[in-house]
Amino acid sequence: MADHDHHHHEHDHSELSETELRVRALETILTEKGYVEPAALDAIIQAYETKIGPHNGAQVVAKAWSDPAFKQALLDDATKAVSTLGHVSRVGDHLVAVENTPRRHNMVVCTLCSCYPWEMLGLPPVWYKAAPYRSRAVKDPRGVLADFGVSLPKETEIRVWDSTAETRFLVLPMRPEGTEGWSAQQLAELVTRDSMIGTGFPKTPGAAS
Amino acid sequence: MNGVHDMGGMDGFGKVEPEANEPVFHEKWEGRVLAMVRALGAQGAFNIDTARFYRELLPPLVYLGSSYYKKWFLGFQDVLVVKGFVGADEVKAGHALKRTKTPRRGKFTVNDVERIMIRGAFNRAAPAPAKFKAGDRVRTINFHPVTHTRLPRYVRGHVGVIERNHGCQVFPDSDAIDAGENPQWLYTVVFEGTELWGRDADPTLKVSIDAFEPYLEPA
Repeated sequence: MADHDHHHHEHDHSELSETELRVRALETILTEKGYVEPAALDAIIQAYETKIGPHNGAQVVAKAWSDPAFKQALLDDATKAVSTLGHVSRVGDHLVAVENTPRRHNMVVCTLCSCYPWEMLGLPPVWYKAAPYRSRAVKDPRGVLADFGVSLPKETEIRVWDSTAETRFLVLPMRPEGTEGWSAQQLAELVTRDSMIGTGFPKTPGAAS
Repeated sequence: MNGVHDMGGMDGFGKVEPEANEPVFHEKWEGRVLAMVRALGAQGAFNIDTARFYRELLPPLVYLGSSYYKKWFLGFQDVLVVKGFVGADEVKAGHALKRTKTPRRGKFTVNDVERIMIRGAFNRAAPAPAKFKAGDRVRTINFHPVTHTRLPRYVRGHVGVIERNHGCQVFPDSDAIDAGENPQWLYTVVFEGTELWGRDADPTLKVSIDAFEPYLEPA
């Protein structure tokens, strides 16, 4: 294994600036060796900063709320169903959608690392990848939900999905009341990132305006 | 391996702290790290399981004390050096110094970006029929490999029910150590909260994992 002794000293300095220098040095090496083109790295970063985010998942959820046939298709085979939506079709394989109902609430975690449906939700937030969430979600999900200011009826079943393989889980939250007749585009505005992880609910019509 | 990365059920890490209006990257270098890891992975320098294994191999205090992308950076640099794509002397110098092994698919260019925005497919042809079907009761094995595995400690030795068969997929335990893809059937297995956490568990809790067939035996 590579040597980690140098890490012991990093708190003596500004960690970020030291890390930044090391990252730059590695990029220089990889560029000089002809492994990467810096412009290609820029393009990857730009895609995650501008194109891929929770709005992708929100479109899928809103479509499921407004189109019962699509909802059924999504729950049967999310990879296939999402691939029929041209603009959010880059899901790859192994997507599973799990439906919240009055009796069951779903919550997604990756206790071992940070597995998350990037194509649907973008890159995961820091809390999703950090120890408090990864350690507690599978043992005390109601305590975790309380950290988000969210509570569920005490009889509601909580199903926690630990993403231990390449399957990626998208929570299909319950459609908010008072949205009868809304278009899919209007409904998408109500869908929050956290509601698709299971650590929050969609916005309610009043709060969204 | 029984590392600190295997966090399910541990206590003492404190509250979850969501950040309002969180940026995609908090520092510019984080984006560079993500992009470099994706690029070198796409060119065949390492597979996704190996990348995870090298992050798990970080010393526990480094793992727990580093930000997410710092861990990515450290694991990435280690894997490049150990696999011979970059020399330790080059890391020290901050420049390329010599000819080394190159990634199988050569240079990652702007023309490769589209390709990596679509997630890879992990299903493979099945070498044998599936041993389990939905509804079967199974017990997870009690094992403690010192290499990479995706069976978390908190479910080992516990009884659950098969809920879904995901098909036959690349087996991370083999793939991470360059022992081949060794495809195995993958199932969603559901456990009662009380089975995992005992009598004080939340009675409304059910937890599932995706478990490869070698992790399971009939119960």
